[in-house]
Amino acid sequence: MKDTLEALSTADKYLGLFEQNRDLISNGEPQFMKEMRQAAISSFARTGFPVRKEELYKYTHLEPVFDGELAFDFAPRKISFDDNELFRCDVPMLDSHVLTVLNGFYYDPGKPPLYEFDNGVVYGSLREAIQRYPDLVSAYLGKKAHVEHESFVSLNTAFSQDGIFLYVPENQSLEKPIQIIHLLLSDKNQMVHHRNLFVIGKNARAQVIICDHTLSPHMFLTNSVTEVHTAENADLDILRLQNEHNNSCQVTNTWINQERDSRCQHGTVTLHGGMVRNNLHVRMNGEGGEVNALGLFLIDKMQHVDNFTVIEHASPNCTSNQHYKGVLDDASTGAFNGKIHVFPDAQKTMAYQTNNNILLTDTARMNSKPQLEIFADDVKCSHGATVGQLDEDALFYLQSRGISKDESRLMLMYAFADEVISRIKQPALQDRISDLVHKRLRGELSRCNNCAMHCQD
Amino acid sequence: MLIIKDLRVNVEDKEILKGINLTVNAGEVHAIMGPNGSGKSTLASALAGRDYFDITHGKILYQGKDLTELDPEERAREGIFLGFQYPVEIPGVSMVNFLRTAINSLREYRGEEPMPAGDFLKLMREKKNLVEIDSDLTNRSVNEGFSGGEKKKNEIFQMALLEPKLAILDETDSGLDIDALRVVANGVNKLRSPERATIVITHYQRLLEYIIPDYVHVLYKGRIVKSGDSSLAKELESHGYEWIKQEVES
Repeated sequence: MKDTLEALSTADKYLGLFEQNRDLISNGEPQFMKEMRQAAISSFARTGFPVRKEELYKYTHLEPVFDGELAFDFAPRKISFDDNELFRCDVPMLDSHVLTVLNGFYYDPGKPPLYEFDNGVVYGSLREAIQRYPDLVSAYLGKKAHVEHESFVSLNTAFSQDGIFLYVPENQSLEKPIQIIHLLLSDKNQMVHHRNLFVIGKNARAQVIICDHTLSPHMFLTNSVTEVHTAENADLDILRLQNEHNNSCQVTNTWINQERDSRCQHGTVTLHGGMVRNNLHVRMNGEGGEVNALGLFLIDKMQHVDNFTVIEHASPNCTSNQHYKGVLDDASTGAFNGKIHVFPDAQKTMAYQTNNNILLTDTARMNSKPQLEIFADDVKCSHGATVGQLDEDALFYLQSRGISKDESRLMLMYAFADEVISRIKQPALQDRISDLVHKRLRGELSRCNNCAMHCQD
Repeated sequence: MLIIKDLRVNVEDKEILKGINLTVNAGEVHAIMGPNGSGKSTLASALAGRDYFDITHGKILYQGKDLTELDPEERAREGIFLGFQYPVEIPGVSMVNFLRTAINSLREYRGEEPMPAGDFLKLMREKKNLVEIDSDLTNRSVNEGFSGGEKKKNEIFQMALLEPKLAILDETDSGLDIDALRVVANGVNKLRSPERATIVITHYQRLLEYIIPDYVHVLYKGRIVKSGDSSLAKELESHGYEWIKQEVES
């Protein structure tokens, strides 16, 4: 009873906040957006936040975080800083087109908010895309990310005002990968929403890198949604690098809808962040599709990372692979819930899932739960989960060759992580991530990315 | 180089070595033979510094220093090498990375600069030829997917690379066919030198036809019960361990 009441009052706060700022949020938007927001907030009013007992959020209780004293920006704040000085992304020297999102709003002063190429490729601010391409956006936005029963998605749909829009028309591809850098910078504890929409057309190809960073030591709460549509035979790679400081909380909701024969790879590398919950839903909506969901997290101190992945095999002949690995040190905690749902007509499905974790201390904790719901009979499905320590025999072998105990442990931890890193398809990106992982394991990776402010843990 | 005095070793409160005395000088090859369960591997592991072997009594002096005060990596840096009986597989750690890190740890210990990549690859090629190890094996993860013979050759290859002062080869011949045995023995023989001491632990006399020892010791129920020269190995071959057991029991 008490839990429900508490949940309602936090939810009420957000309902009230939405009502008070509805006009500001929806300012100048086409009707379809206003309707979408209304439907979303109504849904949120019905569901509220997930309560402590709710199975899906058993290990990650987010409601208290949403209940905190948080500031909200309903318009981009005028912040002037020289981005070269204040920030350098840790995935440097990648030949990519960088798009910056600051506190949930597209940020590129003096430049157009939307890039439009001769081949029809469009990317940039979602807010701008809603104005300029309402038909295109309304055909996809909110169509697959459910607002029913998904509190965080409905909250995001109601509140989110900007993010990145990417459209690659049929048969086209990107000149360079796009690198979306989400920055959080504030003088108070802040809540941020942002929404991305990626539409990849028939036979089209794209590569997206997303980096999440914090630039000031305040507490940040981000609730983000990324919706992805891949048409027939499209090819999309997404890699998300989570590197916010340990005083932040990040909830990501990624919804991918794959039409026939399309291929997606979605990787999440979590290096820092106080509390991170990644929800990934993939729907294999057409025959012959393939999805690879990779995850790697390296955490210590009191970090908490929870990866929840659902693959829906709604069509026959599709292949899915979930490969998530974690290394947990100190008193960090983690969870993995990997669900494979094979629909009755999805024959010849191949669905695989592996979750391996290493605990470096007695105080680290990992909860791993595979869930297989298989309703077709001609399928190949497997799952496996391990939670263990570093191999003592391997450690001794390395030491017996003169390698120090610390260095031996690092070599083994890196070897463990490398299984996921080696699956990143682009060599340049793989190298960068490998480098970052090495640094993270040695404790050499900064959380605030060379910013001048002093961070507390 | 190595003086073992009255060594007693426990494993999980069970006494395995019951007072070992052994002296090994530079340039010598000592063979330690014995039936299964006599404590041969325990001796090797205790010398290498594996932590679940408890030394309850006695001393191990290596170059005048008390060996028990050194961690496994320190022992390695001081020039001790253990060729494992069952080399572990380490997926994800490449052979090259592993060996380079090992070599550079040794060099750092000796106050030398790390070896440049080019020089290291050259050194690897040299040693590969010496012990006749396949190029393929060094492109992979440590021991991953190696056959028994390949794993043992890999141990000798590492020995060639690290150039230890004291090499302890724990049942280097177990699981090998005659050809692999010859290659391994050949490698060990090529690495014999007046500065190096080698302890060859083996169950069978066969290896000792290729690696001719200076001294042979028989380990039985945690004690060295008989020592001699290489002819002792031949006697064991004729009469088996039963002969030793009877001698000891009476």
